[in-house]
Order: sequence, then structure tokens, then C-alpha cells
Amino acid sequence: MKLSFQLAYRNLIGAGLRTWLNVGILTFTFLVIIFYNGLLDGWNQQAKRDAINWEFGYGQFHHKFYEPYNPFTLQDAHGKFNVKETKGLTPLLIRQASIYPNGRMLSITLKGLPKNQRALKIPIGNLGKHLGAIPVAIGKRMANAANLSIGDEITLRWRDKNGTFDATNVVVATIFNTTISTVDQGQIWMTLEDLWRITGLKNEATILIADTQFKDTEFEDWKYISQDKLLKNINDIIEVERASARIVYFMLLAIALLAIFDTQVLSVFRRQKEIGTYIALGMTRTQVTGLFTIEGSMYSLFSMLVGAIIGVPLFWYLADKGISFGSVTADMGIGLGDRIYPSFSPELLISSALVVIISATIVSFVPAHKIANMNPVTALKGKLQ
Amino acid sequence: MKNQLIIACLLPIWTFQVKAQDAKTILERVDKNMVSKTEITESEMVIRGKRNVQTIGSKSYTEGNQKSFTEYLYPERERGTKMLKLGDRLWIYSPSTDRTIQLSGHMLRQSVMGSDLSYEDMMEDRKLSEIYEGKVQGEETLSGRKVWILELIASVEDVSYYKRMIWIDQERYIPLQEELFAKSGQLLKRTVMSEIEQIEGRWYPKKINFKDVLKGGEGTDFILKKVQFNPTIPDYIFTKASLKK
Repeated sequence: MKLSFQLAYRNLIGAGLRTWLNVGILTFTFLVIIFYNGLLDGWNQQAKRDAINWEFGYGQFHHKFYEPYNPFTLQDAHGKFNVKETKGLTPLLIRQASIYPNGRMLSITLKGLPKNQRALKIPIGNLGKHLGAIPVAIGKRMANAANLSIGDEITLRWRDKNGTFDATNVVVATIFNTTISTVDQGQIWMTLEDLWRITGLKNEATILIADTQFKDTEFEDWKYISQDKLLKNINDIIEVERASARIVYFMLLAIALLAIFDTQVLSVFRRQKEIGTYIALGMTRTQVTGLFTIEGSMYSLFSMLVGAIIGVPLFWYLADKGISFGSVTADMGIGLGDRIYPSFSPELLISSALVVIISATIVSFVPAHKIANMNPVTALKGKLQ
Repeated sequence: MKNQLIIACLLPIWTFQVKAQDAKTILERVDKNMVSKTEITESEMVIRGKRNVQTIGSKSYTEGNQKSFTEYLYPERERGTKMLKLGDRLWIYSPSTDRTIQLSGHMLRQSVMGSDLSYEDMMEDRKLSEIYEGKVQGEETLSGRKVWILELIASVEDVSYYKRMIWIDQERYIPLQEELFAKSGQLLKRTVMSEIEQIEGRWYPKKINFKDVLKGGEGTDFILKKVQFNPTIPDYIFTKASLKK
């Protein structure tokens, strides 16, 4: 076995450029597989982390009338909650309203969170007192869409609990930057205390957001949505991305494997005298087949080595500095930051390496298998078989 | 459309029972002058956008303040669009999709054809007497006419506008202006009636400007082209089937 490895190594090094071309394309494929999977894993982790921090918390209780994708339900989707029973839950009240920036009317969703809440990263705690106007927080996308800056006062019109129109001025006290567009676009945040006061919906909420400690999942009028269920959309999107990525890197892998296969076929064809000599010197046909198979699979080992030399510093840098996708990512439905930080887990590296090594070994074995049927005398003479 | 606006803003005055006798008398005279059992009107709605001005023509059939049917006549883009209001329900038929949809929830807050009027502005069909208490607040001169100023304050909780102010011509018993206020006192909408003419013995505004005062622009004009008071309107007009005819 050791002899086979030594021979395979010498044969490959001796083949020169042919070897390095095969290794080159296999390395490229190997790196692309790792990079793309790492990017998707990084995106997945980042999107989930941000979604938990900015929107979902550790699970939610939705009011029985609340349907997240049906704005018609918002009017009735609110109810009182028992403060003692819901310790560890953060109430979020959602209402519909309109604002009038620069003489335009914009329909918005008005959201209220307790001033001292810790469940979400929405900077409600930064909303201080302002004379004559209610302080509100908006996201960067909302600020751009409505052309608003910190300190701007706008008229807000809403309906109170009885459906009566009310209007007042609100002042933009803080603008936050989040990757989660669903807490930003078309939304205005104020303290729950202010929202209760202006709508008359004291001690009412649309959603109760759970913190890490909260375990109970049974409440009247409230349906529990687990964190996994809330994150399902992100998982689904990532899986779709992963499937399309697989097509790309399987094509690349197919090209690389085709090159190895081609080389192996050529080797078996052109090195018949060498094969005959091995057999004449005492190697069994199976050992010669094994030697050629090891030669083929050694391309993948070389590509691991070259891939490590190129990939380790490159991926280390990318994982540390992230990759900027510019403005393209800004308004996607799934949380996507200005920079994505790829994540290269040991599982990813090992599984990618195994895919390349196993597939290279298989395509090496198929042409080498012909050696088993060779006549050693004819092979020594170098006659075509 | 103009007819619906009048219904939305003024017609409920018809049965208004105010505590202050003066206000009641004034409103009854207004009602006598303006309200008919049924009406057929042809009108234009002039919508002033930031870049252009759009004129939409329509023909409306109205019975009381519960039933109305409007068909849009021009421009080509809106031609054939129909709207049916029966009590608190509103349907819209679009010929391009051949679909009838019922508007509800926040869709009712959308503007009608890009105007300053929302669908829900046309949906209020309760009598003002049931939901407001009124008084004559004073007198002044408006557009050269002597007017009474009536203030209506909501007497129940579930009303859209907490306060209404109405300016009524003392001689012709016709409203010249109405303002709608939020609970906080913020003025939300203003309606101005002009080009008052006598039609079939009634004083009637031929032009109504409807303005959402929180928005920029000059508001939306409703211009009355033709009006018939108390015509016979077949019952089938106020059915969903008529939307697709």
C-alpha cells in the first residue's frame, strides 16, 4: 500500500503540467463548493440571528385574530393580557395609521413596544420626552422612503379604539439601521405607553414576544408560534438558494471529474508497457488497478493541499471582513446585511473534502478497472488491447 | 360621485335632531332645499396630481343615503368601472379584469381614483342626529354671503370625525363649507361648495372642492353637469348584477 502511494506520487509529480491542470480545476471546484456553502451558511446564521434580535425573539404569542400576512386582521387583532401570567413576554401592539411627509400621504403600520423592553433591538429606550410631539423611531429604509431625518416633525393620523380619527405631530427621535426590512419599511415605532394612550387600548397587545426564559405555551386568546416556525421562511429561502448553488458546483465538479477520467483513460491506454512491467515484477492486477486508482484519487488530495494553501488565508479574510453586496441586498425580504460574513464550519470542510475525494476516486477506478482484464504479455509488448 | 359626496357630507343633516332649536331649524331648511328621495347625477371629478390634472366623468344613481350606484364614463382607462354601495358594504367592478371585489378593512382608506376622498368617506351612513350634538356657534360672512356657523360634536364614541363645523348660507339655506376635525382638534378635511345655482326650484352647489388638508395640493373638485331630483330608479340598479351589465 505504501509502495502504491509512493509510486502514485512519483508518477503524478512526473506527469508535470497534466497533473497540475487536473489539480487546478479540482482545487477551483473544491474552493467554490466551500465558498458557496460557507456564504449560504453565513447568510443563514446572520439572517436568523438578526430576525431573532429584531423581530421574532424566542417565539411569539399571536392574538387569535392576527394573521401576519393579512393587514385586514390588524383592526381587530388586539387583546388584553395578564401582566403577572405573561412575565417574560414583551407586548407589541400594532395599529394602522397614515403620515403626511412633505404633503404626501403614506399608509404606515404603527407599532408600540414598552420603553424598557429588552426582547428586540428596536431602540425604543432612546425615545426621550419631546414637547408637543410624540417621539418615534423609524428604520433607515422608512427614513429614505419618506425623506425623513432625525428631528423632523410629521403629522400622524390614526383611528382610536372606537374608530374615531385622531391626529397629532410626531418627531423622528431616532433612526435605526437593521437588516430586517419587515421591521423597517412602512413602519413607525413608538413606546407602547404612548400608543396605548393615543389609541385608548390600554394593556392590550397584538403580539407577545417571548424571551429566552419563557417556557409556557398555553394562553387563552393567544396562539403560540415557536421560534423554529417563525424562522421557517428563512430556512426555506436558504434551501432554495442552496439547491440552485448545488447545480452550479455539481457542474464544476463534473468538469473536473471529466478531466480526471480523461487522464485515467489516457494513462491506462498509453502506459500499457508500464502496467505489464508492474505485473511482471510481481504486482497483482488488483494491485496495479489500486495503484492507478490511488493516482486518480491523489489528484483530489493534491487539490486539498493546494486548496488549503489558497483557501485558508482567503476564507479567513472573508470570514473576518465579510463580503459586501452593496445596495442590491438592502430591500430583500430576508434579512441581509450590507456585508455577509461566510461561515466555514468543520462539518462543511470535511463534507466538501469527502465529496471531492470520493467522486475523484470513483472516476479514477472506472478506467483503471480495465487493467484487471489485461493480458500482461500483450501489455508488456505495448500492444493495444 | 358628486352626489355621493353630498350624501357623505351633507345629507345626514336631513334628520339631524339638535338640542339647540336654532341649529335644528337651520338644518331642516337645508334639508328641505337639498335633499330628494332619489337622484340621478352626471358629474366630473377633477383630480390634481403633482404632474397632471385628471378629469373623470361619472353617472350616479342614489336612493336615500343607503344606496348608490356609480358608473365611470371617461377617460378610457376608467370607463366601465362601477361602484355599488349598499348600506355599509361597497363593491367595485373593474372591466379590465371582469372582477367584482368588495372593499373592506384598510382598502376603504385608499383614495378614490387618486382623489382626496377615501372610500370610507362615502361609507358613513348613520344619521348625524344619532351621533352628533350641534349648536350655532356664530355668524360671519363667507364668500360675500352671510352664514351661520354650526358646530357638531360627537355624542357617541364610534364616529369617524369627532367634530364637524358647517357654514350655512343664511339666505339660501345651503352649506357653503364644512370642516372635519380629529379628536385632538386637528383639522383633517375641508369641503367647499361653490357655483350655487337654482335647479328645479332648489339651490344647489354645482362645484364642490374636497380637500384633505394634511396633504399638499389643491384638493379634488366635483363638478355637477346634470341632476334630476326624485326620478324613478329601477330596483335592479342597486344590485350586484348591475355591476357587470
